[in-house]
Amino acid sequence: MQQIKTDIAIVGAGGAGLRTAIAIAESHPDLKVALISKVYPMRSHTCAAEGGAAGVIKPDDSLDLHFNDTVGGGDWLSDQDVVEYFVNEAPKELLQLDHWGCPWSRESDGSVAVRPFGGMKIKRTWFAADKSGFHILHTLFQTSLKYPSIERFDEFFTIDLTVTDGHCRGFVAMEMKSGQMYRFDAKAVILATGGAGRMFPFSTNGAIKTGDGTAMAYRAGVPTKDMEFVQYHPTGLLSTGILLTEGCRGEGGVLRNKDGYRYLQDYGMGPETPLGETVLKTMELGPRDRLSQAFWHEQQKGNTIPTRWGDSVHLDMTHLGEKHIDERLPLVRDLSITYAGVDPVKSPVPIRPVVHYMMGGIHTNIDAETTMPGLYAVGETACASLNGANRLGSNSLTELLVFGKRAAANAIAYVRGDQSAFDYSGVQKQADKIESKVRELLQRSGGTESIAGIRKEMADSLENGAGIYRTEETLQQTCDKLSELRRRYLGIELNDKSNVFNTDLYQALELGNLLELAQTVAEGALARRESRGSHQRLDHVARDDDKFLKHTLAYYQGDEAPRIDYHDVVITRSPPGVRDYSGEAK
Amino acid sequence: MSEIQITLEILRYDPEKDQEPHFQTYPVTCQDDWMVLDAMNHVKDHVDTTLSYRWSCHMAVCGSCGVMIDGAPKLACKAPVRDYADRTARIEPLANFPIERDLVVVMDDFMDKLKRVKPYIIRKEEKSIEDGEHRQSPAELKKFKQFTMCINCLCCYAACPQYALIPEFIGPAALTMAHRYNQDSRDQGQADRQDEVAKPEGAWDCSFAGECSEVCPKHVDPAGALQQLKIATTVQWYKGLIGMGGK
Repeated sequence: MQQIKTDIAIVGAGGAGLRTAIAIAESHPDLKVALISKVYPMRSHTCAAEGGAAGVIKPDDSLDLHFNDTVGGGDWLSDQDVVEYFVNEAPKELLQLDHWGCPWSRESDGSVAVRPFGGMKIKRTWFAADKSGFHILHTLFQTSLKYPSIERFDEFFTIDLTVTDGHCRGFVAMEMKSGQMYRFDAKAVILATGGAGRMFPFSTNGAIKTGDGTAMAYRAGVPTKDMEFVQYHPTGLLSTGILLTEGCRGEGGVLRNKDGYRYLQDYGMGPETPLGETVLKTMELGPRDRLSQAFWHEQQKGNTIPTRWGDSVHLDMTHLGEKHIDERLPLVRDLSITYAGVDPVKSPVPIRPVVHYMMGGIHTNIDAETTMPGLYAVGETACASLNGANRLGSNSLTELLVFGKRAAANAIAYVRGDQSAFDYSGVQKQADKIESKVRELLQRSGGTESIAGIRKEMADSLENGAGIYRTEETLQQTCDKLSELRRRYLGIELNDKSNVFNTDLYQALELGNLLELAQTVAEGALARRESRGSHQRLDHVARDDDKFLKHTLAYYQGDEAPRIDYHDVVITRSPPGVRDYSGEAK
Repeated sequence: MSEIQITLEILRYDPEKDQEPHFQTYPVTCQDDWMVLDAMNHVKDHVDTTLSYRWSCHMAVCGSCGVMIDGAPKLACKAPVRDYADRTARIEPLANFPIERDLVVVMDDFMDKLKRVKPYIIRKEEKSIEDGEHRQSPAELKKFKQFTMCINCLCCYAACPQYALIPEFIGPAALTMAHRYNQDSRDQGQADRQDEVAKPEGAWDCSFAGECSEVCPKHVDPAGALQQLKIATTVQWYKGLIGMGGK
């Protein structure tokens, strides 16, 4: 086993990992940073974010308004100290990206342009046309090339953390081009590996989003938090699930059912707004959870349009005009034509809700710390409780910047102060165990299960049991199914026994991670007998603040289902209230 | 639902086992709206799990799945199977790169070259965050915006006849990125990039065959960028000659 010694190791080189690495390199060039990822940085899924990043910049806006939108959008499950810190830091981080060269779209006077986004009372979403995440990722990646203290390990697949005396000491990763195992020893580890949307069958998420970092921390004894909150984005292309940004609606696009009727007005988001006029925080600019739920109700009423890929409604942008679409939504036009054969300039685009984002993740606090000394997490991997029960669009790109920088500062302070002795033999013992787990999987023979088969059963079970609407019965079925699938997972046999770029092996490891995290989603949802934000129970339709104004924690229990526990929500100045997205709301 | 029959003829190479790459053939029944990547995923999931290739986003933005399809560099996720209906499509790794395994190529050369052109904002004095944003007019943005669209898929390198002949050539995507920053009104680093861009294997190695722009799945037009870069390099050289170096 090869050994790499570093000061701070970051797993994941998307937006969150890169921002963190730059923050360390900029302020402490004497610290060695190892940046490890299973893909090259520019392949990270940050690239697929389209609409933009929220931050208060214009004179008509205020930090209080951004705070209120975020807390209400999250159905009061956000930690309000975290939200406060976030809205305050957000503009600085977006300005920093401007200074690093992000090609933000501009007003005619040269100032940055902002667009409306769902659930936001004021226009505050900075954007680079409809490729905001792509540009943020490449700006960060290219900027990171400036810093000699950042050493990248591209295409290294991280398997598990090493922990001694309750402290995180590093991890074991496999170099994908050789199959060689590496033991990374670090004084602090920051996980930035993204979400786990690929556990669902129909998702905007890229193939790489398999929750590896979240599962690693979970196995090491760090709880996940609020995993039952899964965001369905209301507008995905039918066959592929490709995202059509909320910016479509921000720019004036509307949703219509089979009769051409703008049905959102029937679900507490009316009255209907004039076509081509965007009225903030109502109708199509309501929050994602409400819009996806409205689709489900329309489906029940028979108002959706049946297609060979399932039921759909229409996202109509035909009134926006070619010039506006080409300027503000060029990617949306390209994607619709390429992947759905529909030109949004000429025809409404058939869409349906699609799994997009996990509000839950590794339990972290306002300092991006986990419960384990020396281990930090940031971005979709983490749950700092900014987003509560439903994330507002354009808060997550800003989140990874704000908390990337914060994680860096706190990891640096930790590394400077940590005096705990490093037990090398203990770490090596663990590393050997991790290696043998991989070797066993690689060499196992006589198995009858297939990766694709188990993956499909897992995904279908989650969609059926833990989708937009859930019940005790459907969730219990899913929980049972997941326990069964975890047992059957042990019967997988790999056909590929080779060392070089063995994607059979990596897919098996990814599936193992997804299965473990899927249990935290389903078990958390089963235990939460209320409806809040993205978690909707047909058998418990109301929000229950007495019992469930709490974060769900899930603890790993080996082969068994997780142990569920709860954690207080931080409420500072906004007591739980009513989410009002009607046009009459104040 | 209508189906399409295609046959994928995929280059296979396992350096631990194979002396030479060879082709393996997979007939695939596809849905008519599939891309070649979907057909490859079908093979991977249901026919031959040992097949190795890179992919992630399936929306032509992560740049992972560049391959040669019938000799032309393309993103597998953006190549419709209907273009290859009822016939054989030959899938090979991107040309001009060493093969790591099957359709996976070694990218180290590009990663090194990208870093060498200093693809980041260089300022004589950093602007502080308190001073707010750089003002940049829509016209100033337009000067370089197109060149920011590169997804590093490397299709342009696979198409470039000069890169095939002269591996030292910095090549279309990396040089385009140098030009992108040179053209950004927030940047003052043109002189810092000059050495790399102006050396023989820099912009001047481009023979303006234009293949790069033809195959670019994001319409970046690297060939156009390189011609502009040559002019800028010459101007910079003359400025240096009369003692006006730097931007």
